[in-house]
Amino acid sequence: MILLALVMFAFALAPFVGAIGGRSSPFVAIIPLLLFVAFCVLLPEIAEGGTLLETHRWIPSIGIAAAFRLDGLSLTFALLISGIGCAVFLYASAYLRGEPRLVRFYTIITLFMASMLGAVLADDLVLLVVFWELTSITSFLLIGHTPEQERSRRSAQQGFLVTVAGGLAMLAGVILLGSVADTFSITEILGKGEMIAADPLAPAIIILIAAGAFAKSAQAPLHSWLANAMVAPTPVSAYLHSATMVKLGVYLLARFDPVFSDHALWIALLTGFGAATMLTGSVLAMRETDLKRVLAYSTIVSLGTLIMLIGIPGELAAVAVVTFLIVHALYKACLFLVAGIIDHETGTRDSSALGGMRHFMPITAAVALMGGLSMAGLPPSIGFAAKELVYETGLAASAGWALVAVALLANAAMVVVAAVVAVRCFSGDLSATPKTPHDPGFAMLAGPIVLALLGLLFGIAPWLVGNGLIVPAASAIAGEPITFTLSLWHGFTPMLALSVLTLVLGVFAYRRWSTIRSRMAGIHQIDDWGPDKLYDRLIIGLQSVSTWVTHQIQPGSLRSYVARTLFIMSLAAFVTLILRGGYELPSFANSLGPDLVIAILLIVSSLAVARARNFVSGIVAAGMVGFTVALLFLFQGAPDLAFTQFSVEALAIIIMLAIVGRMPFRDRDSRIHKERLRDLFIAGGTGVTAALVLLAVLAQPFDGRLSDFFRAASVPEAHGRNLVNVILVDFRALDTLGEITVLGLAAIAAAAVLAGLRRATAEKSK
Amino acid sequence: MEPVFAIAFGVMVAVAAYLLMSRNVLRIVLGLLVLGNAANLSIFTAGRLESRVPPLVPAGEAALAGGANPLPQALILTAIVISFALVAFTVVLFESAHRRLGTLDADAMREAEPLPQATTKKSRKVEESA
Amino acid sequence: MNSIILQTTSRLILPAALVFSVYVLLRGHNEPGGGFIGGLIAAAGIAVHAIPRGRTALFAMLRVWPKTLIGAGILLAIISGMPSLLLSEPFLTHQWPFASLPIGTTLVFDVGVYLVVIGSVLTFLSYYLER
Repeated sequence: MILLALVMFAFALAPFVGAIGGRSSPFVAIIPLLLFVAFCVLLPEIAEGGTLLETHRWIPSIGIAAAFRLDGLSLTFALLISGIGCAVFLYASAYLRGEPRLVRFYTIITLFMASMLGAVLADDLVLLVVFWELTSITSFLLIGHTPEQERSRRSAQQGFLVTVAGGLAMLAGVILLGSVADTFSITEILGKGEMIAADPLAPAIIILIAAGAFAKSAQAPLHSWLANAMVAPTPVSAYLHSATMVKLGVYLLARFDPVFSDHALWIALLTGFGAATMLTGSVLAMRETDLKRVLAYSTIVSLGTLIMLIGIPGELAAVAVVTFLIVHALYKACLFLVAGIIDHETGTRDSSALGGMRHFMPITAAVALMGGLSMAGLPPSIGFAAKELVYETGLAASAGWALVAVALLANAAMVVVAAVVAVRCFSGDLSATPKTPHDPGFAMLAGPIVLALLGLLFGIAPWLVGNGLIVPAASAIAGEPITFTLSLWHGFTPMLALSVLTLVLGVFAYRRWSTIRSRMAGIHQIDDWGPDKLYDRLIIGLQSVSTWVTHQIQPGSLRSYVARTLFIMSLAAFVTLILRGGYELPSFANSLGPDLVIAILLIVSSLAVARARNFVSGIVAAGMVGFTVALLFLFQGAPDLAFTQFSVEALAIIIMLAIVGRMPFRDRDSRIHKERLRDLFIAGGTGVTAALVLLAVLAQPFDGRLSDFFRAASVPEAHGRNLVNVILVDFRALDTLGEITVLGLAAIAAAAVLAGLRRATAEKSK
Repeated sequence: MEPVFAIAFGVMVAVAAYLLMSRNVLRIVLGLLVLGNAANLSIFTAGRLESRVPPLVPAGEAALAGGANPLPQALILTAIVISFALVAFTVVLFESAHRRLGTLDADAMREAEPLPQATTKKSRKVEESA
Repeated sequence: MNSIILQTTSRLILPAALVFSVYVLLRGHNEPGGGFIGGLIAAAGIAVHAIPRGRTALFAMLRVWPKTLIGAGILLAIISGMPSLLLSEPFLTHQWPFASLPIGTTLVFDVGVYLVVIGSVLTFLSYYLER
């Protein structure tokens, strides 16, 4: 009950948070704080290796349950989501003060937090997909926070299309997985790991699920949306697009790692794309000056690292994933918030235009330095331990030298990014900025300070986080309980040598950063042929195709719509009649009778309507058709119908003749000869098909059970002797209620059309 | 008897379809009038024309032994009134369109879906004549 | 259509049509008739009355907007289904409160139909009348 309650609590309170946030009150952080405390209370049980499972009925008929699961992995995510949410909400209350649309912002970001918690806690694949898509939608709304800007709209749309397209692939994978495992329960699927991995459908499942995760976690070549998402307000970038949402893909792959960890395709796909993403992100990060975009590309590098680590089998890799995940969330959120502070205080976030800010904002400089230490992987921060683990995992893996080489380059790039964000802006000579900066208030500093201090604290005392969180989470990824002691200092190992090499490379690159950056930025091919441009071309192509299709099927001519509808409808009915076989015609015996006159009268008068030279004669001929039908009703035992038809025909003629003189009635049918032939063909075909269908009905024996029921039940049950009226007002009264409503609505709609017309003519006459 | 009416029904549908595809919207109104009657005729015929006795239970009796089929009659009764409303509404709509756009040519009513940039020869002629 | 003949005859036709329409409405459950036909007859009578006299005369005679009749009719039809809800039966299950008298909620329903038909026809008609 507790997990469902926590998720629902977060969803239900979104409007409440919106209301508090609308007043920019720091108390807005209280909801994530409460959630964080709740998850901390659950921590001891999970730390001892327990798993919290709960199942609620949802759609039992197709085996879908609202099931939740709390183990080390989901708890790690839940703590990050609520904890960092706390810092970000508090920060936003000061950062966004005075901005428009705050209620919308806080409502949506709370909905995001709730969806995110739902996604990582879900123990049912379908539930997971639902929450997963909810995070995509809320991310779309948050990236598009300033919809009046074209860039903002494009970025929101791009992020949405990429992640939702991935989500569709993932949904397909999930359905396949569910059918192979014969359950949607994640816990049960984890128990059937070997059976699923051996299934012939396993490669398809792996590819589809990986596609969804790669799109969400911005793996190359689907990475551009993440950098463009930086148009969102900084709290969104820090929260969604570095610490939580983009990790959902990592979560998904980590969740299913126990099932597929030894599958060759899984290993190849994850390590391959992960390594490629690390390189892509490193290169792109080197080209940027915008602090947030630099950080976004470094996030892409980190996501690549995480995906690569998941791809590597073994317990050590699992530990490395969790450690790196926590470390990255701590320092990246911290640095994003620092970048936001710089932007907020100075009015720019162009790193090449900033310098010497330590004089104005010493506290921010200190915080940035602490965060930077962790990002660069320097002792005594926990970042150092994480980096050593990455190297150690890489060295132990098969073909490890290639992965280690990639990691070396990526980590050197991280050192450069850390230096650019945390050192370059604050050191050196003072530069002129649009605004004179100073340290921000408590609300904006509290989050970064706590996050940076935690990075150091965990480094100095790794057991604080190691046994309680990292080991249970790593056990969940490995699929079996593992023992591991996290420590900062490993002694003189190959990993230490690699660390030193990383630092040397990074510092060397940083000192020549301006040159490297402008050289890299000069490579136009990346802008001209990169995936971002390809995305634009794809969208433009899609639009021109849909414009073309729309013009094909929607030429704007009422006549052609009618013609196509009639043609396709009658063709379908005709083909069905012929292909089904066994077509029978009813007997035409007994056709000679007085009623034959009525039938002939009907044919003649309807042909007269078609041949009418003007509207008045057309109305008269149509009236003839109506009166003939009424006569048929009269002779065939339907006096009610006959009277109704007579009255309606009379009224119709009254109304039709009342409009004589209001519209021009010289009725030249301006169809050209070719159009006439086409229309004649279609009309003829429609008529023939209609007649054939009715004849086929007549050839069948009549089923009179329903009619007999009414004959028998009318007097005893409804106290009425006129069966027609009894059916209308009693047996099928709900139908009749619907029909008189339609009748009334048609009249009211007509009155509305006329009221609008009268207003228009009144304005014109003025 | 019924097959004859099935033939009449086919003719009426064909006439209605031909009128519905007209350029002059007033002919569309005529088409709707014929189509409504055709639909009612088909329901009536499909319910079979077996008895000329109205479906009224004689006073004092509990059930009706034979008589015309009451079910299609109930369906048609509302359909008659509804198709009247449909025609009346269409007339209102077309008159309003005629007042606003000054034309009764269905192909010239293009406010909602304007022609794409490259206009065809035929449609240009329509615009000129309008 | 402002002819003296129509004006004169319609003075007779209107009351006759209204009385006849109510008769047809009331007998509908047992003999040919009912709300639809009754409504159409009444509407035709009112139309004949209103066409030579114009919109103002129509509204003066009706005292309410035709649209009001539509709303009132649909409301009556819905109300006629309410007793069944109170007795926890399906909506619009008609009730016969008097064991001996053939008067039930069906009549309320049929009056609703009658009003909607009159209201709709007159709403259409009122536009075409000369102002």
